[in-house]
Amino acid sequence: MAHVLGLRCRECGRDYDVAPVYTCEWCFGPLEVNYDYDAISSAISRERIASGPASIWRYADLLPVDRGHAVDLGAGFTPLVRADRLAAALGLGEVWVKNDTLNPTNSFKDRVASVALSKALEFGFKTAACASTGNLANSVAAHAARAGLGSYVFIPSNLERAKVVTTAVYGGNVVAIEGNYDDVNRLCAELAGTYPWAFVNVNVRPFYAEGSKTLAFETAEQLGWEAPDHVVVPVASGSLLTKIRKGFDELHKVGLLDRPPAVRVSGAQATGCSPVATAWLEGSDTIRPVKPDTIAKSLAIGNPADGYFALDAVRQTEGGLAAVSDGEVVEGIRLLAQTEGIFAETAGGVTVASLKRLAEQGIVGRDERVVVYITGLGLKTLDAIERGSDPTATIKPTLDAFHEAFDDIEE
Amino acid sequence: MAITVRIPTQLRELSNGASELSLEGKTVAEVLSQLEERHPGFAARLHDDQGALRRFVNVFVADEDIRFLQGLDTAVADGQTVSIIPAVAGG
Repeated sequence: MAHVLGLRCRECGRDYDVAPVYTCEWCFGPLEVNYDYDAISSAISRERIASGPASIWRYADLLPVDRGHAVDLGAGFTPLVRADRLAAALGLGEVWVKNDTLNPTNSFKDRVASVALSKALEFGFKTAACASTGNLANSVAAHAARAGLGSYVFIPSNLERAKVVTTAVYGGNVVAIEGNYDDVNRLCAELAGTYPWAFVNVNVRPFYAEGSKTLAFETAEQLGWEAPDHVVVPVASGSLLTKIRKGFDELHKVGLLDRPPAVRVSGAQATGCSPVATAWLEGSDTIRPVKPDTIAKSLAIGNPADGYFALDAVRQTEGGLAAVSDGEVVEGIRLLAQTEGIFAETAGGVTVASLKRLAEQGIVGRDERVVVYITGLGLKTLDAIERGSDPTATIKPTLDAFHEAFDDIEE
Repeated sequence: MAITVRIPTQLRELSNGASELSLEGKTVAEVLSQLEERHPGFAARLHDDQGALRRFVNVFVADEDIRFLQGLDTAVADGQTVSIIPAVAGG
């Protein structure tokens, strides 16, 4: 059984029973899972985790779901690779890439979808739904198919074609909304009050969001049960960044890390949608919503639900936030591909370009052990790097033609 | 004609279960003020101690976030819909 006491409002502290609810009835603040950490400390150990499956479910003690109900496509336990060539290119010392492109539907969203749909089954829902910028759409549709649930996936109508195809193939309903993600989100918040569905990032959101903690758990385990000095995380709603920080703190709380983690947390946004980075750069306590205009569509949330918590996490840990242009996003995709052989979608380009910026500014230091989170696969956003991706040469199948095209190669 | 105000599930205990109310007012502030007069309790839930909207409360006029308009001073016209929606969703 999950070691869960109930839900608690992050804003005003009111307690709620475990149920598919997501906002405090009093102040509208977000509800968060409240764990029995003493019970978890007694149950959990490094050995118990090591003997678990090679997926997020090895950390089931720290997830709000009963293991037996898991809807599991094998999300998580993705490679953490040392990235010396990327580090050298950026003038940094020790950089690691958490390659979450290697999840079942090729993004980190499989972590949260697996947790959310497992919880949805526990609650007895027959249909899963979500508001998505694309990656979650893929993942909810796939996990719903696996679980035998119906699905309604709501996306902005301008989404990349690849993300529509890689959602529709799973056979659920794909609803394109004439508007941006924030419009989709608003509609879903209203629909969630009307239809008896498990909206993974609306009424199941407190459970769903916990899945992102596994990125911190895996990072620490893969570093030999040590926390890194600095993490760089893409920011859309701000939930991922907030939960990665929480994950490191929890590991210490339940006795899996010997020392209290001192992880500096930095965030990455695209200039065309940077409400959190803007608040940080301006030293403001107010996050002003924006109308997104960026090729990094998976991060195009102009009204970030967890923006305030992400901003707090960055400030409390003395991290930073960067906002990078679409041109820098494309350069970031190419830099990661050409130094480390990892092909990221636009969000990964945002993250690498932000790492570069933060390194130049001295916010990420040469002496730090840095982990960057690459959350989605490049094949999902081919349009972004279409230009400049032609063959080096197109020639007739003859030696002469090759010699002519490549006359400067030393044999 | 009047203003239609959409009430989220979390607040329907204050509107006797109604998901929509018909109210009057020239601005969002006036409409919310009349909401409080007709159904006492809304103001404490929607506003903080300084009278501003709580940071996890979003208000829309004709589907546009009032933070892109004039906030609580945003004008509303007869026949328009004002929606109150929890901010914490998505992502």
